[in-house]
Amino acid sequence: MTAAPMMSLLGVAVVIVGLVARFNPILVVTAGALVTGIAGGLDPVSVVSALGKGFNDSRFISVAFLVLPVIGLLERAGLQARARSLISRITAVTAGRLLITYLAVRQLTAAVGLLALGGQASMVRPLIAPMARGAAETSLGTLSEDSGRLIDAHAAGVDNVGAFFGEDIFIALGSVLLIQAVLLQNKLSVEPLRIALWGIPTALAAFTVHAFRLVLLDRRLARGSTEEPRE
Amino acid sequence: MIGLSAAYIPAGLAFGAIAVGSAVDRDNPKRWNNAAFWGLFSASFLAGDYLGDLVNGVLVLAMVVTGGLGGIGLSRPATTSEAAREILARRLGERLFVPVLLIPATALAGTLIFAHARFGGVPLVDPMQVTVISLAAGAILALAAAVALTRASPRVAVDEARRLMDQVGWAAILPQLLAALGAVFALAGVGHAVGEIMGVVLPQGSRLAVVAAFCLGMAAFTMIMGNAFAAFPVLTAGLGAPLIVGRFGGDPAIMGAIGMLAGYCGTRMTPMAAHNIVPTALLRLPPGAVIRAQTPTALFVLAANIVLMDALVFRHWR
Repeated sequence: MTAAPMMSLLGVAVVIVGLVARFNPILVVTAGALVTGIAGGLDPVSVVSALGKGFNDSRFISVAFLVLPVIGLLERAGLQARARSLISRITAVTAGRLLITYLAVRQLTAAVGLLALGGQASMVRPLIAPMARGAAETSLGTLSEDSGRLIDAHAAGVDNVGAFFGEDIFIALGSVLLIQAVLLQNKLSVEPLRIALWGIPTALAAFTVHAFRLVLLDRRLARGSTEEPRE
Repeated sequence: MIGLSAAYIPAGLAFGAIAVGSAVDRDNPKRWNNAAFWGLFSASFLAGDYLGDLVNGVLVLAMVVTGGLGGIGLSRPATTSEAAREILARRLGERLFVPVLLIPATALAGTLIFAHARFGGVPLVDPMQVTVISLAAGAILALAAAVALTRASPRVAVDEARRLMDQVGWAAILPQLLAALGAVFALAGVGHAVGEIMGVVLPQGSRLAVVAAFCLGMAAFTMIMGNAFAAFPVLTAGLGAPLIVGRFGGDPAIMGAIGMLAGYCGTRMTPMAAHNIVPTALLRLPPGAVIRAQTPTALFVLAANIVLMDALVFRHWR
């Protein structure tokens, strides 16, 4: 092996140091890419071109921001207030139970390829977080600022955990196809269905652990304490 | 065939409107920075396919400089107060949910209908991109419904979009930037370099050590790169293919599936992931709040992945 690929690890070091030093992540990533390419023996023009091509080819990721004008308009008209009051009429609901239900729905819909059914901008901010707060207020009364933030953070976490540990079960979604493509680059031919199948044990483990932690969240909110448990 | 440009043109126009709204916002001291950043993002969506790789690369560097060094100023366009919102909510009632639910409903219907719709033997919508295109269609329909419901002017819609987009700020381009970093890593041979080092460091005969190194490596590289998709090619070329499959005869499907999921555990613990940055901004949470809510689950699932892979990957499944 020549020295050039080994030198490319300098770029990885740049990213780690930049992250630990808490520099702005977009500066860190760009510096990491430039150092990786140049230390790895590429000329600067090729590195900038590769950066441009990679950015351009992945624009589909950012299409989700198109929902923000709708969300903004509806929030202005009281959407979050309505979501809170709607859920507060159901007295059996707690923040934890509501989030467990959303976790199950998010994971199952992601597993059949419907990733667009959730999302931080389109569901969590306008609906799930205010509903979870509303549910907690119904059972516990007015929330402290810390409790409210804790609920918001868990609402965001549930959407992420559900989406990520569900989508790997669906054969036609990016992740399974990417795994297949990368394996093929390494001269390993695999059926997508088998990759999807072997995502199931981890998906079950993730649901069990996270649902259990949401039960603990309810207990912690009931105690009125928001300190992080030692887990 | 309807392709991704059907989603990119509306996105480009939306970011363009946000750029113009930023430029005329005299209350924002960084208004020119905001206008340049969102304007460049708009240009990427509208013209990215025609600019060529090098010009796109220069455009990326310009966005990094305006967003990362100059900084995005938080605009505060006039909006309604909490009290006014309570009153509006009572008047509009459950109808407020219609536009929000129109987004997933359209995305769902579009995904189901257009995945198989053909016109003259050619798929009507690019089957690989049907989800993204349906999501964009849902967002546009929902915007029309929201405007009809609230009778808001286009100016108000742009201001509300700008209020939320400025909260996301520079983080808006991080996911695409990380995808680009992954492409540079692949080009420079980072995966093979990692494999060389691991080959020297790891005990030669231990299958468990290799499985643990692969899963932990996936989590660690995902934390660095913010994205398991970028880490997977690096670790597969370095460890998964040559050692787990090549040396020990492991099943590549299981290695791939569980390896990617080990990477997802890293995603839940890193400040680099857009899925952690965006909600932290949108919910106005302190840094690290979302990551703290996810980390215990991520650590447990990561350990479960190592145990599962060690137990499953070396069996001979039919």
